[in-house]
Parts: sequence; structure tokens; C-alpha cells
Amino acid sequence: MRLVVCLKQVPDASEVKIDPIKGTMVRAGVPSIANPYDMHALEEALRLKDKYGARVSILTMGPPQATDVIKRAVSLGADDGVLLSDRAFAGSDTLATSYILAQAIRKMGEEEAIDVVFCGKMAIDGDTAQVGPGIGSRLDCAVTTYVVGVRSLDKDKKTVVVERRLERGVEVVEADMPVLLTVNKEANDIRYAALPALIESIKYEVPVWTAEDVQLDLAQCGLKGSPTQVKKIFPPPQKDIETVMVTDTISDPAQIAKLLVDKIEEAGMLA
Amino acid sequence: MAAIEKYDLIVVGAGPAGSAAALVAARAGLRVIMFERGEYPGSKNMFGGVLFGHDINELIPNFWESAPVERALIEERYFLVSGSSATTIALRTKDFAEPPYNGFSVLRARFDKWFAEQAVAAGALLVCETLVESLIMDHGKCVGVKTGRADGSVYADCVIVAEGVNSLLTRDAGIHQEWKKNEVGVGVKELIKMPKDVLENRFNLKGQEGISMRILGLTKGMTGGVFLYTNKETVSLGFVAMIEDLAARGFKPNELMEEIKSNPMVAPFIEGGSTVEYTAHMVPEQGYKSVPPLVHDGLLIAGDAAMISNLLTGEGANLAVTTGRLAGEAVVAAKAAADFSAQGLRSYQDALDASYVMKDLKQFKGFAGYLHGNPDLMELYPQLANDFLKGLLTADGTPRGAKAKALLAEVKKTKSLFGIAKDLWRGWRVIK
Repeated sequence: MRLVVCLKQVPDASEVKIDPIKGTMVRAGVPSIANPYDMHALEEALRLKDKYGARVSILTMGPPQATDVIKRAVSLGADDGVLLSDRAFAGSDTLATSYILAQAIRKMGEEEAIDVVFCGKMAIDGDTAQVGPGIGSRLDCAVTTYVVGVRSLDKDKKTVVVERRLERGVEVVEADMPVLLTVNKEANDIRYAALPALIESIKYEVPVWTAEDVQLDLAQCGLKGSPTQVKKIFPPPQKDIETVMVTDTISDPAQIAKLLVDKIEEAGMLA
Repeated sequence: MAAIEKYDLIVVGAGPAGSAAALVAARAGLRVIMFERGEYPGSKNMFGGVLFGHDINELIPNFWESAPVERALIEERYFLVSGSSATTIALRTKDFAEPPYNGFSVLRARFDKWFAEQAVAAGALLVCETLVESLIMDHGKCVGVKTGRADGSVYADCVIVAEGVNSLLTRDAGIHQEWKKNEVGVGVKELIKMPKDVLENRFNLKGQEGISMRILGLTKGMTGGVFLYTNKETVSLGFVAMIEDLAARGFKPNELMEEIKSNPMVAPFIEGGSTVEYTAHMVPEQGYKSVPPLVHDGLLIAGDAAMISNLLTGEGANLAVTTGRLAGEAVVAAKAAADFSAQGLRSYQDALDASYVMKDLKQFKGFAGYLHGNPDLMELYPQLANDFLKGLLTADGTPRGAKAKALLAEVKKTKSLFGIAKDLWRGWRVIK
């Protein structure tokens, strides 16, 4: 069984600042991390590997230093990985990105057929949640989003049963493999690497594929292949919030609640 | 997963001492693995320091061409502060602005990372985010380390512990006791950001030049002092004080830091700046007297873990580099002789004793005790110096001769001339 996990390197969101004049993200000096959603997708794949046996391969697109996230995945138990890195990919929007990744997954599949492609629900830098389903539709396979767990997998019947978290509850879905799953954060807790695997991952030399290595129509890549472009990024406007300090000496919870409700009513916040 | 191979050398801690040791050993072709508990080397360090360059230049000639240094320090300024006055003495020399320079301000988060990369480039394997929990001992010989990770034991012919001032590994191995309160100080530091041109105008600096200051008289009589040095676009300001004093007086380090920042002698240096980092760290204080036995069967100790620092000259990181280098060289020699016993590793101790590191440490071994035994040095002497000079320089119609006499009489009221002479003599004795 072969599992592929799409793993994106993103700027650490807790450290990103927006240049208020240029309207762009200030990336200089901001550390990079693996997209947290993708790490939960990886963990889900590794759990299937532990349970059923599988080869877990990582696919990343990004600058040369994005090999870091592949090494991290290998330290946790992934078997191998590929970095897609080419200037021709720069400026790709979600449409171009899902095209490039889908083509790369096709190529990975030539070596050993792929049963499940895992993606995170979304990346924390773009928040679009479009690339996962975009890959799935190009690969012409089943797509199941918001996955919070794989219940079971039948290697012979080539089916998988997953739980999807929806607003109204949890939906249990059976899908034929090959399938693409996008995974939510609450799916699992990410493991801690054992030392032997960590050492192997540091030594692991990540193969790098350029546009030439993958069958690509360059018109569909990079800026040329991207119908959408980021015009401006800005932090949400700060709302003026008035803070009212309620001071009283009462200790009875019911009375405190009543006092708060009165104050809220006074402030005209109750419709 | 295959078992982990056995290494020639395990280095614990990728700071200046550890990376120097790993670099030397890897260059000699030894199989070296270096563990760092932080996300990357330097991430657990105080965010800046003064690095005297001589030691690292021996390992990596002209290191400043590739290393992330901040500014070449061309001035060392000492302040004696009391009330609204300060007497300063300073050496400023353009010679320190030329290669081979004397010292640099560095941001350790960047510098340590770079230094560790040199060791990696030489062939050492760097493993980050991994805490070494204990040494693996076999019949009194150190044969490896146990990390906090699953299947986390690694074996080697020799281990160099360079994990910094608060080495639990060496304590747990029974090599030394828990440090006493008077053996360690606490350093508190803020990194204060300001525009480059403001900083350069404020301190009269050009290009890559930088300045280092030490200020006495702001630690409320506690043994210690305030330091300030300039980075590219930040000023590092902080203080070092004995943990014992802070505890006895009930001072909170952060409150003392606020007082220092608002002191009229300090405030102009940081005006308009914004604090971007706040860090606190332990610092070895006692020098020679605290240094534990450094050579054991299969085990060497280097850097701050060896409590090697010089309170008088403010050296630490450069001493760590040299201890690391000498430890690395001793392991290389031990490998050639296939003898990793304490006897086989003894060249580390011999080389250290022969180096300026131990010679200085021995020379100044009484210094910390002297400082600590003379609280007057921290408060009274700055005040006497300021009062005397201020009085002498004030033009108020009094003849200067009569004035000097009167001022001296004032000084005598506070402290007898004999007492002053005695303090100075004892001070001279401990450093001569």
C-alpha cells in the first residue's frame, strides 16, 4: 500500500507581521514550519502504516530549504519524499499549485501505485482549503474533506471508512481507493520522533524535482497559470472595544449573573 | 529501524564550546554526533553577547568574513554612577576596528547557529530538539548518553559535556555538588531596538564600529554590574548580580531592570527604543574555585559547564571556544592512541593549564570573593569618586587647594584613608 502526504512549508503564523504600507507579509527572519494541518494528515497516514503496513511518501513544493519539512516527516516515520522546486512554480495560486502537485503525484504513482493521498484541511498562510480538493479532482479520484479519523481500511476491497467532522455532527463515509483525504487538526496528536529515525532523517538526502522532471504544461504553472493574484494583505481592522469593569462585593453566583445581565442590557448589547 | 551506530565522540550542547569541540574532532575525521536541546543552536541562549575573537580565529581564520557578527567593539567604557553623577573611564581605539579586531557584539541565536553549521560542514552530525537526560556509565567509565527520545541511547568512545552553566549531567554523575548561591549569578538582559542611524549617532559610531559599557553603582550595593553594548540595530542592556544577594534582599530581577532602564545615566542610551527580547540566564561567577574535575574516563567537560568564566574581564564565550577546541584535540589524540581513559584524555587538562584560560582563572581566583566581600566597591567608591571630582571641578570661588583638603576630609568621614588603601591593596593582590 502506498500513501502520499502533501506537506507545505509555511511561515510560522505566530510570528508573521503585515507591512502596513506595502500590504504584503514580512517574511524576512520569520521561521518556517510545517503546516500544522498537514502534520495531522501525516500522522493519520503514519497510523495507517503502523496498522496495515504501507509506504508513506511526502510531497512538498517550495524553495530549496523546504526539504526541512520532508526531513521532519521522515523523522516521524515517513519512508521517503520529494521536493518540487523550480522558479517556474513561483507565484502559483491554488489552481496552478493543485495542477503541479497532481502531475507530480501521477509521476510518483508510476513507481508504485498510490492508494491514499493525504492533505491538511488547509494551509495556515493562505487559509483557502482549495488545493486538496483541486488535486483530487485532477487525479479523478474520490475526495473526502474534514476528515477527523480513518476508522478502517480494506486492502483487498480497496475501500476506506473515514469520519468527517461537519457542523451538524460526524459523518461516516466509505470511499473507494484511490482517495484523497483532507484532514482536520482534531484528528490526532502528532507523535514525537524516536532517536534512530531522527538521525536517519538528518542524513536523508531529499530528491528534488524541477519542472523538467514532471510532465508539465508550463502555461498552467506559476504566475502564468494563475488566474488569481494576491493584491493586498491586511490584518482585520481592530474594533474599538469598550471595557467595562464591574465591581461589586456580592458573591452569590445567581446575583452576579443578574448584575452582569443588567450591565449588558444597560450597554444596549442585548437585542 | 536499524540500531544507531557507535560514534567516536558525543558532544552535548551546540554552543561555542560544543561546536568548537565537534569541529576539531570532525576535521580530524572522527565520527561526531552533537546534541542540542533547542530548536536550533543558539535558540536557548541569551540573545547576545560580547565575543572576543582571538579564540575562534584560531579555529576559523578570518571568521568575521562569514560569521554573523554585529559590530566590532572599538570602545570599552566604565561608569561609576552615584545619584545624578558619573565618573567614566574609557578606551576607544580605532585599532580594534581593523582586522584581526578584538571583540564583536554577536547575537547568539544567529552566531551559535553559524558556528554549529561549521562543525556540520566538517562532518559532524547535529541533532536538535533532543535533550540528553543522563550519561551512560559502565564500571565508572562514560560510554554514551541517554536522550529523552524513544530508543534514545547512543554510544561512543568519549562524551564531551558542553551543556552550559547549569549542567545537570555532571551534577547527576556526581562530579560536582549543586552550585551554591554564591557560585552563580543571574544575568538579565533586554534587547532594545532602535534605528541604525539613531544608534550610531548616539554612540558616535561609524560603519561596523560598536561600543561596550560597564556601569557600577546601579545594583543597589549588590555585587554585580550593568552592561550595555551595541549590535547592528539593537542595544543589549542588562545586569548581572549574585543570586545570593538578590535572594537575601528580596529584589525581583525584573524590577531592578526597570529601575536601571529609568536611571538618568542609562535612559538616554535607550530612549525611543523598544524592547524586542527579554532574557534571563545563570552565569558562572566564582571562576577557578568552582571548576570541577574536567577529565574522567570517557568524559570531558568544557565551556560554562566547566564553570570557566572570567568575571574581571567579562570573558566567557571565547573561553568556551578554547576549552572546546582543547577538549576536541584531546579526543583526537586519545583516538589515535586508542585510549579514552582519564589518563588517555589527560592532555585536555594539561593543555588547559598551559593556556591563558586557566592561567587567567588562577590569577583572578580571589576576585569574585573580593568583590563580594567589599560591598563598598559597588556603592561607596563610585560615590566618593563622583563627590570628590565634582567638588574639585565646581567653580565656586573657593581656592582649589583648600577645596581639595575639605573634600578629602569629607571622604575621611565616610571611610578612613587607611580603609581605602587596604581595599585597594587587597584588590591589587587578588589580580596581580
